[in-house]
Amino acid sequence: MTATPLSSSQGAGRAGDKIFSGAALAAGCLILAVLFGVALFLVVQAIPALTAPAAEIQGGEGFFAYIWPIVIGTLIAAVIALVIATPVAIGVALFISHFAPRGLAAGLGYVVDLLAAIPSVVYGAWGAAFLAKEISPAYNWLAGNMGWLPIFQGPASATGKTILTAGIVLSVMVLPIITSLSREIFLQTPKLHEEAALALGATRWEMIKMSVLPFARPGIISAVMLGLGRALGETMAVALVLSSGALTASLITSGNQTIAAEIALNFPEASGLKVSTLIAAGLVLFVITLGVNMIARWIITRHKEFSGAN
Amino acid sequence: MSSTLTPVRSKRSALTKGQLPKYAPYVVLALALIVGAAILALIGFNAFGWGIVSAILFTAGLVGWSVVVEGSRKAKDKLATCLVVGSFLVALLPLISVIWTVLVNGVPGLIAPGFLTNSMNGVTGAYDNKAVEEGAPVIGGIYHALVGTVQMTLVATVISVPVGLLTAIYLVEYGNDGRLARAITFFVDVMTGIPSIVAGLFAAAFFFAVVGPGTKTGAVAAVALSVLMIPVVVRSSEEMLKIVPNELREAAYALGVRKWRTIIKVVIPTAISGIASGVTLAIARVIGETAPILVTAGFATSINNNVFGGWMASLPTFIYTQILNPTSPANPDPSSQRAWGAALVLIILVMVLNLGARLIARIFAPKTGR
Repeated sequence: MTATPLSSSQGAGRAGDKIFSGAALAAGCLILAVLFGVALFLVVQAIPALTAPAAEIQGGEGFFAYIWPIVIGTLIAAVIALVIATPVAIGVALFISHFAPRGLAAGLGYVVDLLAAIPSVVYGAWGAAFLAKEISPAYNWLAGNMGWLPIFQGPASATGKTILTAGIVLSVMVLPIITSLSREIFLQTPKLHEEAALALGATRWEMIKMSVLPFARPGIISAVMLGLGRALGETMAVALVLSSGALTASLITSGNQTIAAEIALNFPEASGLKVSTLIAAGLVLFVITLGVNMIARWIITRHKEFSGAN
Repeated sequence: MSSTLTPVRSKRSALTKGQLPKYAPYVVLALALIVGAAILALIGFNAFGWGIVSAILFTAGLVGWSVVVEGSRKAKDKLATCLVVGSFLVALLPLISVIWTVLVNGVPGLIAPGFLTNSMNGVTGAYDNKAVEEGAPVIGGIYHALVGTVQMTLVATVISVPVGLLTAIYLVEYGNDGRLARAITFFVDVMTGIPSIVAGLFAAAFFFAVVGPGTKTGAVAAVALSVLMIPVVVRSSEEMLKIVPNELREAAYALGVRKWRTIIKVVIPTAISGIASGVTLAIARVIGETAPILVTAGFATSINNNVFGGWMASLPTFIYTQILNPTSPANPDPSSQRAWGAALVLIILVMVLNLGARLIARIFAPKTGR
């Protein structure tokens, strides 16, 4: 008589619990295995390039002489992208979450999602066919009037296919990522915090500064981090827009190269040691993103008490 | 002097003292447009510069007036409003520009006969030369690329969504912030930063080792795409599951509901709108990925319906190769027309996906106080 309907359904439920938690655990472990596989593959394939005699590497001066200019180029492009995109993205997210009329907000959110949905290769084509052409007069002006700054040293590229153009295209590409994530976080700000601030006589900006931004800071950082991840690893836009070359300080002449574009442009025809060199370059890119993510992660955990959970 | 004020006037000034009149923004806007046009007329007029100069003048004028009349707090609020609205307008510029460029260049390609139903099988540079020199119609289409993109993205989604969602559930519901959960969170963050081309190299090497050297199929590309897609799904789903109030879970437990039933019936339905939007962003990210597909699926000019065998084309690689290696190097215009047409199709595809996910999200969204 102990096997009542109640206890038997309990048994089935227990099995369901086990299966479900087991599946969840397995999925988590699969991710660790995949990542381990990626790292293992990169390291194993990169070893020949790291141990080869310096003269056999492209450029003839060893792997590190080959890699550091394109590392700097990658960082320059990503920094340009984030410097432009972050303030604009936060502004757009605030506009949609707190400034736009309520009825319009959903539609405007969709517009930004659309910007995120446009594929990188389309941005690349746009940057090469439209933006580079339109922006080259501005580069001439910069070279003429701001040329005393090393970053605007002339002569400006006639085609406009420079690292600054690539950075601007990248900033357009990371903008929607930062915007849509920040917007989600801004909308989660406890309504009572906002209303309390307004009730105390705060203006809308003071309300945002006191209640929305402190709540959203870890979310903004993780959004910027995702944007940085995309800017660092973005391949096609840079490969199509940038007329690459040796490392130069000037942002408005052709030159510089990013790791991802270097791999994309050279990998299909590469063979032998060149393949290892490019994979080692991929490993370097991987390590850079790892470093960036670790710093960002550390910042987020410091502000964990602000997050919405629990 | 004060005795000359009427009672009505003094009452109004007590309530609206230190406020800009309601017409203030319109007056400042009109002045900014006029002065902006005047300045631009001196240095050569163009609409883009006029907009920028007027926006700066408008902000400066409104904030300056506000400082004088309303004080610094209200002025700061006005400045912030101007900057926020301005940043939105700035963000619209590239969107409009990209869509305009794709529409103008893409529509001729899209309406070319057979563009959506033909492949590039047998289309050679000779036909393109003929199209340019003799005005013959541009032939060749994107059917093969369309088939490839849909199949690879579908397989990638089928792999990524269950794995990503289950991982998010593990992290939020079962992990208890333990060692494994922290490790998974950390490495998902790391995976987010994997450049797409490295993910492609990984998938290619994995299949070279398991199946055989030179294995390039749609399935390899799908695996590469899921490496990119899983972390996006995990991160967005995790964020959304975290927002579900604990009160809902506790209410379910208090009614004697099992944990897995609680998750399926209470937690996920509450978060489903956010999860759907996250999955859409993930699909949007991978559907346009070019580099991993170039490395893993090769490039085909004919139709391939088998994900597990043979090279496969996709819309992004089609666009990339048509721009970089035109079918006829002497006359790249037909290739560029096909590339822009494919770009238009790709954007429409993504827009339809977005809209669909949005509708699903709206149907399943829980009612909130907002």
